[in-house]
Amino acid sequence: MTEVTLSNVVKRYGKQQAVHGIDLDIQDGEFLVLVGPSGCGKSTTLRMIAGLEDISDGEISIGNRVVNDLPPRERNISMVFQNYALYPHMTVRENLGFTLQIAKQPEAQITRAVNEAAGILGLDELMDRKPAELSGGQRQRVAMGRAIVRQPDVFLFDEPLSNLDAKLRTQMRVEIKKLHQRVGNTIIYVTHDQVEAMTLADRIVLMRDGHIVQVGTPLELFNTPVNTFAATFIGSPPMNLADGVVSDAGTIVLRDSLTIPVPKSARAHVKPGQKVQLGFRADNLMPVGHAVEEKGELVDLELTVALTEPLGTETLLFADLAGLEVQAKMLNPRPVQPGEKLAFHLMLDKTHVFDAASGVALRG
Amino acid sequence: MRRRIPEWFVLLLPAFIVIAAVVLIPLIFSLYSSFTPYKLTRPSTLWRWIGTANYEKILTDVKFWSAFGRTILFLTIALNVELLLGLLIALMVNKVTWGQRTLRTILMFPMMFSPILVGFQFKFIFNDNIGLVNNALQSLGVSNAALPWLVDGNLAMFSIIFAEVWMSTSVFAILILAGLFAIPQDPLEAAKVDGCTPWQTFRHITLPFLMPFIFIAMTIRSLDVARAYDIVQIMTGGGPAGRTELLWTLMSRTGYVDARMGLANAMGYVSILLSIAFTVYFFKKLSAARAELGMGG
Repeated sequence: MTEVTLSNVVKRYGKQQAVHGIDLDIQDGEFLVLVGPSGCGKSTTLRMIAGLEDISDGEISIGNRVVNDLPPRERNISMVFQNYALYPHMTVRENLGFTLQIAKQPEAQITRAVNEAAGILGLDELMDRKPAELSGGQRQRVAMGRAIVRQPDVFLFDEPLSNLDAKLRTQMRVEIKKLHQRVGNTIIYVTHDQVEAMTLADRIVLMRDGHIVQVGTPLELFNTPVNTFAATFIGSPPMNLADGVVSDAGTIVLRDSLTIPVPKSARAHVKPGQKVQLGFRADNLMPVGHAVEEKGELVDLELTVALTEPLGTETLLFADLAGLEVQAKMLNPRPVQPGEKLAFHLMLDKTHVFDAASGVALRG
Repeated sequence: MRRRIPEWFVLLLPAFIVIAAVVLIPLIFSLYSSFTPYKLTRPSTLWRWIGTANYEKILTDVKFWSAFGRTILFLTIALNVELLLGLLIALMVNKVTWGQRTLRTILMFPMMFSPILVGFQFKFIFNDNIGLVNNALQSLGVSNAALPWLVDGNLAMFSIIFAEVWMSTSVFAILILAGLFAIPQDPLEAAKVDGCTPWQTFRHITLPFLMPFIFIAMTIRSLDVARAYDIVQIMTGGGPAGRTELLWTLMSRTGYVDARMGLANAMGYVSILLSIAFTVYFFKKLSAARAELGMGG
């Protein structure tokens, strides 16, 4: 059983504070993804868990053992690095077996563990090659194999897929997920790619500027973002945000006097005169007759389309909403000309209201 | 019609002339003279062809072969000591976080001195009457007698190697330090996570990465040390009784003191074999080390 607990973990570089007191409980066997823009402290946090960075303040424990002062080798972790970090002078076989060799395991056991890992990751053909003779995807698989061989309590992944091309990234994503289902270990995974975070995570930790913004399952973060940052970071395309003011009549007045009723979820949390941002995803603004299902409270809008991005099963429409460019989604698409006016439905139930000053979500 | 000289030839002609003047002609001349009994004091001897007589003489010359062997010994000891010390210094300097730049500059100081001056300095330091070493040993009560540092054969060899090491260890240190700077951090961190102690990380990751740099330093230094002359000449002049005679002091004595330039040139050609052998050996090692790291050839 390996839980990882961070309590009030701080990282300082001189006077600069990179991580501001993070609290996190990671369950045994959980796949936790730390996600955020570059410089948000996610990698630093991971490296503190690994023992590659000192912990300035607070406490990290792995499996009920405080590891603050333990070197990496005594933490029983494995790490997969962004640049693979393979040992260039060793063959794939030697790379995989290195950790057991160092631990002075008997030769037979090393061979068995190495072969098993190679089998899981399909490396059998490559065992006698050097890293320089491998492609990026193969190298990343070797790096993962090396992590498996160690049979660690916790796997740490530091942006393992960012050096791969898009197609390979999708493939490896699936492999990592399969690996987790197979070995069932706790995994802490750092990425800046929200798609990776959404697809892989049991739970996502969204970070910004050394603080945790929101922790939750992928769907929680997608459906109930706590603020505008979470709303725009998670989900693609990012959530549309329109500035407005709450009126006495229980509506939000956008620019050009366009009024939209305050969504039910936010009604109790806004007061007249409050400056807010109305947030809705492209999936919730759809041309009439081109949506999945039109239910709940709908708002009729007539918008001019400025640009289209056909994606096959759907087309992204860039439309003009009271002077603001918003993105909408058209299912079962038909060709749309730039400048064409279309009738849209905004699904009010799935619309969010954020306080304009603080960016905090207003909902019950 | 007159055939025109091809353009490429005209364009390369200055280079040909320079190379001929500074490399080719001296080379051919010295090679030729090694087949004559050429004496500087009797220029006419240059025109007497004696075939391989000089070479035959060298092959059976005990003085030459002991100088040859001594040079190899000198090379081996000096290079290894310099490598070990240089590696140690580089590893320590690499750990320094404050003032490292200054330290690196200071490190280069010994390289900035003229070898002749280093020779004089150590001649004074190791002098048996007024030298620093004996003075220190006697003041500390380690030894009462004046140790004959430059007079005893073995001690003299030690003193010369000591001076050589003092002067040139920094070459290794600088080159190895450059190697340490070039090591990617990721494999080192991976090794830490994989369970390596600092020593294991050094042994299995750092050292293989450093090997190409070490062999480059070895190649350069083996050529340098194999033609060691100035320090030896100043400190002992090859003495006592030829006990510190190296190839180049022997050659210069033969050529300029005894004026037997033909014989000295023949010695030169034989001893070049030594340098070539070392260079080939270290280059092979270098390519192997680079291939290890997947750097190709």
